[in-house]
Amino acid sequence: MYKYNDFDEAFVRARVAQFRGQVTRRIDGSLTEDEFKPLRLMNGLYLQLHAYMLRVAVPYGTLNSAQMRQLAFIANKWDKGYGHFTTRQNIQYNWPKLQDVPDMLEALADVEMHAIQTSGNTIRNVTADHFAGAAADEIEDPRPYAELLRQWSTDHPEFQFLPRKFKIAVTGAAEDRAVVRAHDIGLQIVRNEAGQVGFQVIVGGGLGRTPMVGKVLRDFLPKKDLLPYCEAIVSVYNLLGRRDNKYKARIKITVHENGLEKIQALVDKRFETIRDGFSGHDQTLLEEIKAAFAAPEFAQKPIDGYEAARLANPAFRSWTDTNLTEHKTDGYAIVSISIKKHGQTPGDATSDQMRVMADLAAQYGHDELRISHEQNVILPHVHKSDLPAIYQALSAADLATANIGLVSDIIACPGMDYCALATARSIPIAQEIATRFDELKIEHDIGELKIKISGCINACGHHHVGHIGILGLDRAGVENYQITLGGDGTQTTSIGERAGPGFSADDIVPAIERLVTGYLDLRESPDETFLQAYRRLGMEPFKAILYPAEDKANAA
Amino acid sequence: MARAFTPKVVTANALLEGDAVWLTEDNQWTRDIAKAELITDEAHGDLRLLEAQARADEISGAYLADAKPGTDGPEPTHFREAFRTRGPSNYHHGKQAE
Ligand code: HEM
Ligand code: SF4
Repeated sequence: MYKYNDFDEAFVRARVAQFRGQVTRRIDGSLTEDEFKPLRLMNGLYLQLHAYMLRVAVPYGTLNSAQMRQLAFIANKWDKGYGHFTTRQNIQYNWPKLQDVPDMLEALADVEMHAIQTSGNTIRNVTADHFAGAAADEIEDPRPYAELLRQWSTDHPEFQFLPRKFKIAVTGAAEDRAVVRAHDIGLQIVRNEAGQVGFQVIVGGGLGRTPMVGKVLRDFLPKKDLLPYCEAIVSVYNLLGRRDNKYKARIKITVHENGLEKIQALVDKRFETIRDGFSGHDQTLLEEIKAAFAAPEFAQKPIDGYEAARLANPAFRSWTDTNLTEHKTDGYAIVSISIKKHGQTPGDATSDQMRVMADLAAQYGHDELRISHEQNVILPHVHKSDLPAIYQALSAADLATANIGLVSDIIACPGMDYCALATARSIPIAQEIATRFDELKIEHDIGELKIKISGCINACGHHHVGHIGILGLDRAGVENYQITLGGDGTQTTSIGERAGPGFSADDIVPAIERLVTGYLDLRESPDETFLQAYRRLGMEPFKAILYPAEDKANAA
Repeated sequence: MARAFTPKVVTANALLEGDAVWLTEDNQWTRDIAKAELITDEAHGDLRLLEAQARADEISGAYLADAKPGTDGPEPTHFREAFRTRGPSNYHHGKQAE
């Protein structure tokens, strides 16, 4: 893992000290809220419905056990004993008190973490495939590039006041687990015809009120050009992006309004101007970063115990069927720990659970943990012979739910239970859907299905790319839920289509149940997923299930 | 035509805890909406809001929220404001636990 050098350490400590002074001045009244707000946002501190919220970056989703333990410590000491993991590989604390935040930041700095640029119109936490460095289908580990981008973008003087927030995601695998096509810049490591490795550069994707699938700006970018090329994109956007209307300020609108060709020409021109300024120092740095991400020394051990445990224990077998992913090394597996037990808040982990996961990573997982954009926690490198012991420890901590990728593995944003911008709640809807399908005992039969819920049009819960998306709205002072179908956040990204009129809070869960059980009758075989069936059949049969003729008047 | 004025309360987030507070008639910040001043006159509401906003070292983000008279005092009319009097629905945290 990357280690802070003296410069990083001094920078983060200086920011904490600065912010401590700003908080003191806010509390004694010498700073007004208008003056303080941009300062707190630069340090990840929001003011929400019931309290402040501190958003801490987990760079490219990677944590070691000491960091996870510190997150648990912070949750206990200054919050209510839990944290919320988000779709952008951050952790959010929902209950900090203003006067405690500098101490929380200091505690984060002790384990080389911070909350800088987790808000504001800056380049945000660079996210990456949560299976990076472990996945069997990977060309190269994307994290060294994500770290390079992070160092370049952190406190970059030119990019502290962009027209709007700017999000970058990187993946090194053919299967896109980082939703790169829904980011301002998406980077996919690819091999060209000559066998060289470089980046496909995607630009202008985004969700929010105007969802757009990113477009390919460059089919193949040599690796050494990564920083100057990204800098060219951001600086073209910085000049061209609209500052007159915040709903039109994201780069997706800039690309849409100016056309891809014009953006391409401008980026190429800017790239030619600045590339020589990157005199190779970045490549030296990259080599140092790469050394820090060297793969662990994998063990060679028999896996007979694992196979025997699978045969002996059906619950363990079911968990291994659902929560494991193929690892690039023989005898190893990637473990996805579900923090979505049926009925729980998606993405929340208690400090005790964080400690259990940290201990497992330290004991069995080469000290590595990941946060996935699907709001789960990953142990990327686990030898199969250790899986029975891991399963047992997870079960004892209520962390062994076998539901990865299934109907109850729901992404949900905080919604109106916490968020000041929300138009409706999302967490209770997720809890009720998961509980209902658990009662029906059909989620393994249903198979892969991604439900994603946002509490307003900002789409933090990725509803546009859910196979089933749910958007909570305020219709004349009442919560109302709109369904979209056919969204997809992988390499075949698509934006879901609206199914029809929304449903009330009482009707939305039965509607989802109808939709999903209806799909079971429509599918050609148990292998045809919900998304595949939707793509084959189109909206009509699903619409007919959602809005049976006799109910039409009521649903409207 | 201007819309008829509906009754309001002045509300904000407390500076240190960040939780919802309401302005009382005698200029206190209360954590119980029922003790808030129910404002029925538009000009008076604008004035009370300005006064509240000036108290920068006590609160953040003051605004006027719709409310109606209830048996014990003002009550929220919109579900967002109702949540602010209670706390989140997924845990017994916030005002409902106090
Ligand atoms: C609770 C406080 C939050 C606030 C105030 C907030 C605010 C926003 C806003 C205003 C947008 C729309 C940006 C635009 O369209 O230009 C947005 C988008 C987004 N946010 Fe949040 N958000 C919050 C929490 C979260 C959480 C908890 C997550 C992760 C679960 C998240 C992840 C995202 C994502 C993925 C998008 C859409 C992608 C895009 O930027 O186009 N946000 N957020
Ligand atoms: S989608 Fe809306 S309600 Fe949900 S977290 Fe984002 S801004 Fe808040």
